[in-house]
Amino acid sequence: MNTEEIKHLAKLSCLEISTEQTNQISKELENILSLVAELQSVDTKGVEPLFHPISMIQALNQPLRQDIVSETDNRSNNMLSAPISHEGLYLVPKVIE
Amino acid sequence: MKWHEKSLTELAKALQTKEVSSTELTHYFLKRIAEMKGLNAFLDVQEDLSLQEAKHADELISSGKAGFLTGIPIAHKDVFVTKSWKSTAASKMLENYISPFDARVVELLGQNGAGMVCLGKTNMDEFAMGSSNENSAFGPALNPWNSAFVSGGSSGGSAVAVAAGLTPIATGTDTGGSIRQPASFCGITGIKPTYGTISRYGMIAYASSLDQAGPMGKSAEDCALLLNLLSGQDPRDSTSLKAQEIDFTSLLGKTWVENADLPLKGLKIGIPEEYFAQGLDAKVRETVQNALKKFEELGATCISVSLPKTKLSIPVYYVLAPAEASSNLSRYDGVRYGYRAKEYKDLNQMYERTRSEGFGSEVKRRILIGSYVLSQGYYDAYYLQALKIRRIIAQDFQKSFETCDVLMGPVAPKVAWKIGEKSKDPVEMYLEDIYTLSPNLAGLPAMSIPCGQSQDGLPIGLQIIGNYFSEAKMLQIADHFQKNTNWHLQTPNLQSVEGAL
Repeated sequence: MNTEEIKHLAKLSCLEISTEQTNQISKELENILSLVAELQSVDTKGVEPLFHPISMIQALNQPLRQDIVSETDNRSNNMLSAPISHEGLYLVPKVIE
Repeated sequence: MKWHEKSLTELAKALQTKEVSSTELTHYFLKRIAEMKGLNAFLDVQEDLSLQEAKHADELISSGKAGFLTGIPIAHKDVFVTKSWKSTAASKMLENYISPFDARVVELLGQNGAGMVCLGKTNMDEFAMGSSNENSAFGPALNPWNSAFVSGGSSGGSAVAVAAGLTPIATGTDTGGSIRQPASFCGITGIKPTYGTISRYGMIAYASSLDQAGPMGKSAEDCALLLNLLSGQDPRDSTSLKAQEIDFTSLLGKTWVENADLPLKGLKIGIPEEYFAQGLDAKVRETVQNALKKFEELGATCISVSLPKTKLSIPVYYVLAPAEASSNLSRYDGVRYGYRAKEYKDLNQMYERTRSEGFGSEVKRRILIGSYVLSQGYYDAYYLQALKIRRIIAQDFQKSFETCDVLMGPVAPKVAWKIGEKSKDPVEMYLEDIYTLSPNLAGLPAMSIPCGQSQDGLPIGLQIIGNYFSEAKMLQIADHFQKNTNWHLQTPNLQSVEGAL
C-alpha cells in the first residue's frame, strides 16, 4: 500500500495518520490483507451472501412498532456527556463560512 | 465463610434462610475486589451504589418479594452501558462517559428487575476488539493463575473476576470468542447463546451481526440460572428473537435418554477433524481428548465430522467484523459524547484528531481494514465474498448436525500466553481465534468449560458447540461433565499472584 492509498483510507475512516506512522500502518494492513486474500481461493458461484445469521434460523422481517411516543424527553440528561455544549446545543467549529 | 466458593444456588439459599444478607455478601465481594485491585479486573467500582442496591435487595428478601437470584452480586462487562457506573468500553474515547440509560441486560438483572447487586464494571479489550485484554486503554486484566500471563479477551475482566472469586458471576459478550476464550484461559464456564437470544440494547456495538451477550460463571448450572433471566425478546433490539419458552435449567441432572443407565447414553458428539489439525498444542490436544473420553465413560459416542472451512473463518471474520466496526464506530465524533481533541483548526480536523487520539491502535487498524473492504472496487472481492463463505460455513455446521447432537473440541490452540508476547503482530493474535470464530459467523450457541491444566498450571477449556436454540441441552451435557469431574472447582492460588503484583 502506498502513501496515497493510506491517505485515502484514512480520509474514508476519518482518522489522521502522520507521515511517520504511514510506513508502519501500511505494513500492518498489508499483513492483514494477505491473511484475508485466501478468500479469493473459494468458489462461491451461486452462493447467496449471509448478511445476518437470523436468516439461517427464521425469515428476516423487520418488526414494526405502533407510531406512538415511547421515550420521554431526556434532553438535559442526554447532553451531560457532551464535550462542549451551550444552552442545550452542541458546540462545534464553524461549518459554513 | 468462603462465600466466593459458593454456587448461585448455595448463595440464594443462604440469603433466603437469612444465613447471610445481601449487604454482607456485597461487603465481602467489594473487599475482595479492593484486595485484588492489582489484577485490574474492574474499571469502575462504586461501593456506595452497590451497597444501596444490596440494601434494596435485603428489603425485598425480608418482605418476601425476592426472586431466586435477588441479592446476589454480579459484575458487568464495561461494554454494557450503565446510568450509575462509567461506561468506557475500555477506551479513552469514552473515559468518563456516563450513559443516560441502562442496557437491557443491566436493567433485567438490576433493582427494577431480578434484584441482583452490581459490583461494578469489568475490564475488556477496547470496544471488545482483542483476544488478550491487552488492548484495554486502562491496562490488561491479569490472569489470576499467573499474573505474567494474559487473561484472554475481550471479556478478560469478567473472566478474571469470576476466577479470582471477586464476584459470584459476571456478564460478557462474544463476537468471535470473547466469552469462551477468556473463560478457557481463566478456568471458568461461559456460554454465548444463539444470536438474538439476549437483547443488544445498550451493548456498545462492535460487529452487530456477530455480537451476543452471555453469562460467565463457575459452572454450567450457574450460567443456566443467569441465562434464564437474560433471554427474551426486546422491542428495542430488532434482531432479538422471540423468547425461547424454555427454562435453561430444566434439563439439568436428567439423563440424555429417559431411564438410561448412564447419564449421556445415546448422545452423539461430533468431533470436527479440523479442530485437531496442525497448530494445536500437544498438551491442549491430550487434555481435550481426555475430556472426550470422560464423555464416553458417561455414555456418549464420539464420531468424526468435518468443518472444511474452519481455517477460512479467520479471513471471513477479519473482513466482516472490521467492516461492521468501521460503520458502528463512526458515531464517535467528539460532538455528542466522549473525548474531543484539544487542538483543531476546523470541523474535519476536529473529527480526525478526536478519533486518532481517542481510539487505540487495534481499533484504528480494524476501522481502516473495514473502510478498505467496503470501499469501491473492493466491496465484491472482500465483503461480499466473505458473506458468501459465511453461508457455506453455516451450512457446513447444519450438515454436521445431521449426524451428531453437539460438536466438541478445543476453545483455543494454546493456553494463555505471556503478556506482551503476541501484542506486536496483530495477525499472529488473529490466528489464535481459529476455533471460536465460526459459531459467531453462523449465529450458533457455543460454550467453554474447564477440562484440565497445562504443565504450568494454566487452565484449558473444552468447547461445546450446539445447534440453534439447543442451549438447555448443551448446559445439561456440560453439567453432567461437571458433576463427574472437578476441573470447574479448581481455584487459583491468589497468594502467589498477590506477591507478584
